[in-house]
Amino acid sequence: MDPTTLKYTKTHEWAAVEGDVATIGISDFAVHLLSDLVYADLPPIGKKVTQGQPFGEVESVKAVSDVYSPVSGEVIARNEKLPDHLDLLTSSPFDSGWMIKVRLSNAGELSSLLNQTSYKAHCDAEKH
Amino acid sequence: MRNRQATQLLSELSHGGRRAAVFPPSDVPEWPIEDLLPPEALSAAPPALPELAEPDVVRHFVNLSTLNMSVDTHFYPLGSCTMKYNPKRHERLSRLPGIVDVHPHQSAQNIQGLLELLYEMQEMLAEISGLPGVSLQPAAGAHGELTALYVAAAYFRAKGEHRTKVIFPASAHGTNPASAAMAGFECVELKETEDGFVDLEQLKLHVDDQTAVFMITNPNTLGLFERDIPEIARIVHAAGGLVYIDGANMNAIMGITRPGDFGGDMMHYNVHKTFTGPHGAGGPGSGPICVRDFLAEYLPGPVIRVRPGDDRRFELVTPTHSIGRVRSFFGNVGILVRGYCYLRTLGAAGVRAAAEHAILNANYLKELLSDVLPSAHGEHCLHEFVASAAGLAKERGINAMDIAKRLLDYGFHPPTVYFPLVVPHAMMFEPTETESKATLDAFSEAIHQIVQEETETLRSAPLTLSVSRPEEVNATRKPVLTWTACTKE
Amino acid sequence: MSYLFTTADEQQQMLQRIGVDSVQTLLDQIPADLQLKQPLDLPRALTELELEQHLRELSTRNASASSRACFMGGGAYDHYIPSVVDEITSRGEFYTAYTPYQAEASQGTLQAFFEFQSMIAELSGLDVANASLYDGGSGAAEAVLMAIRCTGRLGRVVVVGSTNPEYVHTLQTYLVNKSTELVVVPTPDGTVNLADLEAVVNDQTACILVQHPNFFGCLEDVASIGKLAHQHGALLVQSFDPLSVGLLKRPGELGADIAVAEGQSLGTPLQFGGPYLGILTCRQQFVRKMPGRLIGQTVDRQGKRCFFLNLQAREQHIRREGATSNICTNQGLMALRATVYLSLLGPLGLKEVAELSCRKAHYAADRLCQVEGCERMFAGPFFKEFVLKFALGADVAIRKAAAAGIDIGPALSRLPAMEGVSEADRDLCLLVAVTESRTKAEIDRLVTALS
Repeated sequence: MDPTTLKYTKTHEWAAVEGDVATIGISDFAVHLLSDLVYADLPPIGKKVTQGQPFGEVESVKAVSDVYSPVSGEVIARNEKLPDHLDLLTSSPFDSGWMIKVRLSNAGELSSLLNQTSYKAHCDAEKH
Repeated sequence: MRNRQATQLLSELSHGGRRAAVFPPSDVPEWPIEDLLPPEALSAAPPALPELAEPDVVRHFVNLSTLNMSVDTHFYPLGSCTMKYNPKRHERLSRLPGIVDVHPHQSAQNIQGLLELLYEMQEMLAEISGLPGVSLQPAAGAHGELTALYVAAAYFRAKGEHRTKVIFPASAHGTNPASAAMAGFECVELKETEDGFVDLEQLKLHVDDQTAVFMITNPNTLGLFERDIPEIARIVHAAGGLVYIDGANMNAIMGITRPGDFGGDMMHYNVHKTFTGPHGAGGPGSGPICVRDFLAEYLPGPVIRVRPGDDRRFELVTPTHSIGRVRSFFGNVGILVRGYCYLRTLGAAGVRAAAEHAILNANYLKELLSDVLPSAHGEHCLHEFVASAAGLAKERGINAMDIAKRLLDYGFHPPTVYFPLVVPHAMMFEPTETESKATLDAFSEAIHQIVQEETETLRSAPLTLSVSRPEEVNATRKPVLTWTACTKE
Repeated sequence: MSYLFTTADEQQQMLQRIGVDSVQTLLDQIPADLQLKQPLDLPRALTELELEQHLRELSTRNASASSRACFMGGGAYDHYIPSVVDEITSRGEFYTAYTPYQAEASQGTLQAFFEFQSMIAELSGLDVANASLYDGGSGAAEAVLMAIRCTGRLGRVVVVGSTNPEYVHTLQTYLVNKSTELVVVPTPDGTVNLADLEAVVNDQTACILVQHPNFFGCLEDVASIGKLAHQHGALLVQSFDPLSVGLLKRPGELGADIAVAEGQSLGTPLQFGGPYLGILTCRQQFVRKMPGRLIGQTVDRQGKRCFFLNLQAREQHIRREGATSNICTNQGLMALRATVYLSLLGPLGLKEVAELSCRKAHYAADRLCQVEGCERMFAGPFFKEFVLKFALGADVAIRKAAAAGIDIGPALSRLPAMEGVSEADRDLCLLVAVTESRTKAEIDRLVTALS
């Protein structure tokens, strides 16, 4: 995926939307913050997710963090490779490190997400 | 020399057919078990426990014990944990048969001695806290917090108020938010002021008619007394909320000031800290709670009271609007007995003197270390202080953890590191009152030597212990939590 | 003063170094009007000798299992404790250490708890055990909260009515401020009727909690209850007696996903209810949802095997309100007692304790049922404990036994009401538990006392 075209949340998730399906993952900024990831917990297929609500967890030695859904809808796929290959999050957060695909129930929600420029500004602010 | 064979895993020491405990042969008719129990309930074989001889077991655990640091063997200034000396008389007395062999369902009339002891303990805890309602049931400090939050919830329910929020400062122990969430409340965290106290403006902003409880540790986790506590309590009470005092730091104030006198409505004690439990390598604890009169009817039952009209008889009763139970049976009685022995040994003057000496020791150590590990907060501390290794980290790349690990080589248990989170490179020292000046001097000398050492030495410390710096990342990815899992690897 | 070890001249030097005249100056940060004006009202201080005399006097006024024959049950039992257990756990290196956060300074504790987890996993027939919870009651409540987390189902929890009523009461407290509905299925026949259970388990049910052997000592059909739970996508939580698995199938064999136990029987004395030992075990897939501490094996810098506190990121000191539980201090020393106890017993000892308890309990039941006015309340199979119905009333039975130096009970009336047990039966019924420590002569004396 091209990070410049993705939609972002302030909690560091991204969404790539094609038709009515969003592919969802966490940003390189988040992966860097967490460091030494040890575990990822993804929801089962068929699970309903809600914008702004946690859908899964990523765990490092020092912290467990919720992952929040950028959109509402139903989980139609999950990256089965990911839990056993957490290095994908580090090496390819925007491609092979994707987490789930969600069929959107409310495309209108997309307008509340950030574009890359505003997301970068948000990350810069968080660093300080 | 260290005996490495004995500290192999028990599963590795096991040898088929060996055993230690032998029981007398059955003296009742030898009815076949198959006649007593249905075949489908029976297991084909007992669990595959290790098979060991008695000396194997003894040597194994005795050798393991030598791999520990403990209060009995080392200075242990672990901040927030109150690692004071554990009097040996408590161990003997808590094992008297009339205490250690009493069944929890024994009827009250047959255990008047024990009930008298526990009743006196209730009374002493009420006096030290200034809060008259006492439940000895909670098993540990966090359990006490949880219990008090259930009490608060029941109180508001009875008043017909629906309050959803529990507020606490950012420096609170993790148990505060965890207990609040577990009791079904929403958590609100307050930022502190620059000098580490509750920010009254922040507090006013967040306290409202949805606020059930404000939880505060006083003295706080920086070892400082929250001077504004009466005003804090006034703000919370004006909004109809309750003030909870986390009693983790009672060792600083017992006999000097009382939670009930400075605005607290509820609190817990850590008998295993303040009243020398001991800690037992992680427990058991005992976390009795004290509450104001109007909350006493909601306490978990049973509690002990004097039988009306007979001041020499004690009985177990459940308060009228009790929240119910938070565990089975009465409480961690074995630990309460030790706490009782401690308070009976100290008396009123001794309790105050213990707190004063804890404060003296902490301030002395703070002063000794101030040139290398300065504390940013407060001129004087109470029973503990938080120093920062930030300067050393910046100048020489030495982390708080490196100093902690190197202290082990010098024969000292390190302080608490990286807590509270509000201080960068935090090192939290709590020497307690039971350490001598000589020990504090020697400890300070060790720290001063350590900070002069090569960074590389510190990075690889400890150098003299049986193990050094366990690998955590891979071990957390694929946790090995049993010996069966080891053999699968 | 007791336990203070600096002399007056040393104190002066310390104050001088700090730069203050007196300790009172250090207290200035506490507003003067909040400081106590007079000493606390506490009983006078006692020397060690006086304290010992006082405690001995209090102790002699209590009936204990060391001077009487204890047939009491209801969740705590007078099983024999070999002397090695006390000897090892009396070592200051263990009992005066803190939680093993600093791995290098705590390898003794860490390895012992790793061995505890290993042996408890083996006893339960499940994959992993934590390093202890407070006790059987709060442990059962934690297990139910864990099942809610594992399934994501907040709607309902179903409890078999023959579960220890104190555990059910604890669970009620833990759930009261939450939306989850607690449904207790009555067991008037001593064990649950599957059809009654099936009627209340739905697709919003997080788990079924069953105790086996149950509070009445009877055996539940756990395997079928497990199947029912799993058909509805719920978990099976079993509360079990850790000594019973010397004979009985283990929770893992019966289909349990999470198993909890009161571990007092494993080498911890009765001491009026605590400290005891909360045991919690589960299947591997739920490990990251577990409450409490977990010790893991790893290697150190030099590649040497060692142990550390693993998966801490789920715990309260790191994850705060998102933690799997608020528990911090657990029951470490009791876990050590259980570890030593089980090492001494081994598989053969465990089987022997289970067999002896079971046989003696059956002999006692058989003899007691020949006494006029005595019968077992429930006819089904039982392990080491049974409900005795005494026509003259449970209190009378307890008094008669007590007169012969024997303790039985508790009377069911002492416990919270249980669904399916009538008020009349509560007055007539009591528990009788028999361990390997009881002799035929004591059982015969009990029979005579009630005759």
